[in-house]
Amino acid sequence: MTLQPEIAVMRFGLGARPGDLAAAASDPRAWLRAQTRGPAARAGTTELAASNEIFEAVLAAREERREERLEAATPDAVKAAGAILREAYQPHYRAQVLARAQSAAVTAQPFSERLVHFWANHFAVSADKGAIHGLAGTLENEAIRPHVNGRFVELLTAVEQHPAMIAFLDNQYSVGADSPAARRAAVRPAPLSGRPSRRFGINENLAREILELHTLGVGGGYRQEDVTSFAQILTGWSIGGGRGRLAGGDPGKFHFRVELHEPGAKMLLGKRYAEQGQAEGEAVLADLAGHPSTARFLATKLVRHFIADDPPPQTVERVARAYLKSDGHLPQAYAALIESPEAWEPQPRKFKTPEDFVFSTLRALELTPSGPQEVIHAFDLMGQRQYTPGSPAGWADTTASWDGPDALMHRVLWASQTAGRYPQGTSPGEVAGAALGGRLRAETATAMRRASTGSQALALFLMSPEFQRR
Amino acid sequence: MSIHRSTPRLTRRRFIQAGGALAAGAILPSALFARTGGRERLVVVILRGALDGLAAVPPHGDPDYAPLHRELAIDPPGSTGGALALDATFGLHPELQFLHERYAAGELIVFHAAASPYRDRSHFDGQNVLESGLMQPLGGADGWLNRAIAARSVPRTSASLAAQAERAVAIAQNVPLILRGDARVLSKSTTVAPDVDEELLARLQDLYSKDDWLSARLSEAVQSEHLGDASSEVQSASAMMSPANPVERITASARMAAAIMRSEGGPEVAVLEATGWDTHANQGGAKGVLAQRLRGLDAALGALGNDLGPLWGETAVLVITEFGRTAAMNGTRGTDHGTGGCAFLVGGAVRGGRVIADWPGLGAASLLDDRDLRPTLDLRSVFKAVLGEHLRIDAQTLAARVFPDSTQARALHGLIRA
Repeated sequence: MTLQPEIAVMRFGLGARPGDLAAAASDPRAWLRAQTRGPAARAGTTELAASNEIFEAVLAAREERREERLEAATPDAVKAAGAILREAYQPHYRAQVLARAQSAAVTAQPFSERLVHFWANHFAVSADKGAIHGLAGTLENEAIRPHVNGRFVELLTAVEQHPAMIAFLDNQYSVGADSPAARRAAVRPAPLSGRPSRRFGINENLAREILELHTLGVGGGYRQEDVTSFAQILTGWSIGGGRGRLAGGDPGKFHFRVELHEPGAKMLLGKRYAEQGQAEGEAVLADLAGHPSTARFLATKLVRHFIADDPPPQTVERVARAYLKSDGHLPQAYAALIESPEAWEPQPRKFKTPEDFVFSTLRALELTPSGPQEVIHAFDLMGQRQYTPGSPAGWADTTASWDGPDALMHRVLWASQTAGRYPQGTSPGEVAGAALGGRLRAETATAMRRASTGSQALALFLMSPEFQRR
Repeated sequence: MSIHRSTPRLTRRRFIQAGGALAAGAILPSALFARTGGRERLVVVILRGALDGLAAVPPHGDPDYAPLHRELAIDPPGSTGGALALDATFGLHPELQFLHERYAAGELIVFHAAASPYRDRSHFDGQNVLESGLMQPLGGADGWLNRAIAARSVPRTSASLAAQAERAVAIAQNVPLILRGDARVLSKSTTVAPDVDEELLARLQDLYSKDDWLSARLSEAVQSEHLGDASSEVQSASAMMSPANPVERITASARMAAAIMRSEGGPEVAVLEATGWDTHANQGGAKGVLAQRLRGLDAALGALGNDLGPLWGETAVLVITEFGRTAAMNGTRGTDHGTGGCAFLVGGAVRGGRVIADWPGLGAASLLDDRDLRPTLDLRSVFKAVLGEHLRIDAQTLAARVFPDSTQARALHGLIRA
């Protein structure tokens, strides 16, 4: 087999920085396996604010904005009030995006970092939803990084109990119809306004997406009644803080609100779960993590991400078996992936997403972003604004989803802008050689030599077929 | 707003021809600006996330509606914040003013209790079925609109198909499933981009000479850029930037679609998308989050009508979503994923002023799975009628190629003006 270091670094890592190919050369598989131990490194170079701090700051800003708006006498004052909220969350969003790009640009553990990105996309939250402005990156940093090389059930539980996920999928106010809170409300006299009083009830969003997107997968064997039942089990999974009757728990942290929880035993996927409060939902997550449908679904997504848009069935089978046999120990699943012969086929079958393209470019050119704006600009231009996939399904992981003439033109634009800013005096040929190793084609090397400027040569390298795929 | 009175700006369009290293023939196929097909225009607007049809088109005449939809229900016409009247049973959300005007003008058909054949409640599978036109969410790599365009072009071989000029544009960076397939399509996003060095493009074209996939995309990209350059309207639509606010973004997309369709040799078909309809919590009623989205949609359709100007008379705009939402409000003042919902067909070419609905009622016995509006109209019946009557695709092709397995969904009749 050929090109093994290149495959390890490009397909499994984030693309080569100078020196990466040499580091992986002696034993590419061992180089990968060594990265699947322990928590992933912290993102970025400086301490990021924790989710509970951001949550509190954003809530305070909302309150301040409300008061300012009430007092605002002029349209300008109303507008100024609107900026209060943005000023509270935007610095956090920008800091998280910058830290993510910095880590991707310099890490010596690029496989581990790619796995963080993979799981962050599997458990996608989208920063364009008001309730989690400023929080999206905290899910990746607080719930995913610590557990990326652990057991799936630990990762799953940490994610579903993270305030960003709870708020993104609206679970904090999902209320059991027979919960203490609902019963209290039922005996209160109806308001005189004529409007019916608020009826308490569940919200299915979190329960459905855990089943459909996080564990079993859409064909994984659950029905509408399971969704409803799971939503009842998850009532009470909420966020601490609040005022008056709702006060409770540490502000901005996961908090189980027993007063919202639907009491009693529930049936899910044919199994009876006795009333256990918070532990009831945790027991379900443990069962879901061990379900064969989950093993198959996760294996399919891993193989699709690392090997091909149409995952070879035998590879999926191998990874799913390793997952089940190890009781959901993720490094065992990763190892099965690495040991699959299909993983080492020299022909690259994955067209890079904008994220892949940006991060591999930063590595190839040894650029470390110093401010968030350049990173934000790149992703805006290419249509993958960080932490905003727009839906809980995350960004699509197939070529067809990133395939469009307009998309390609935006890549050319960014490649040419980035190449244009690259310091003169470095040899484009050496940059391409260090980044592509044995993948660099003669045609590309020739085209680079014939380019009219150094930056044009670099742009040709970045847009070459071999750099656009992994 | 009267869209027919607006004076179109009939500027003489300037096509920037590539020069120097880029001999025009090398990058621009000669077919690019050749007009083919008829004059009818079709715009499809996909609302991703599942629009609540019971809020957009409130069935205020159904006695079960208000008790189920509770504080999300839209009051009957005549009250403050009430629905805009359609008929004895249905109204429009008060923010859908433009659509209501078009209804009065006989240019809007409202469909209700409609759904694709998909019966589960996953957004992603639901969108796949809606766009692929197939019965199952998996297994389709192309979309029904692309298959329709391909069938209409009557190609002899796939090679001649690839040489056809693009007859459709997606206002998106990445082509959505409904437009993916053999027929080539343009894509154009509202992101503003500065010009790219033409010499670099020529060299890249050369570098891609052995890579058919990248080569085809680069050629199309260069064509799209030139089509865009050629039209001052496209530039003014671009100049609206790419608004961060999704409510404004859909208007920017609509204006860009209109500008591209109006440019000389521009495509007849456009697809736009808008997200943000997944209202699980705090959906609001006459005011609120969903109301703002609907206002944005209405404004976008108004801008599309206005900017299409004289073309509006030949235009049909189809507004669709993957499924409806629960008939009852949920515990967080929102609605969960449902089944039956609404769709709109609006435009100067539409024989409108009607609601088409075989209303099943919202009574407990009528709901699907005790929760959803029961669908009584297969959306493919609408799609087939639009493709047949408007784009004049014959029934045989529709049944065999565009919507296989759709014998149950017979085309409606008389949706388009003769």
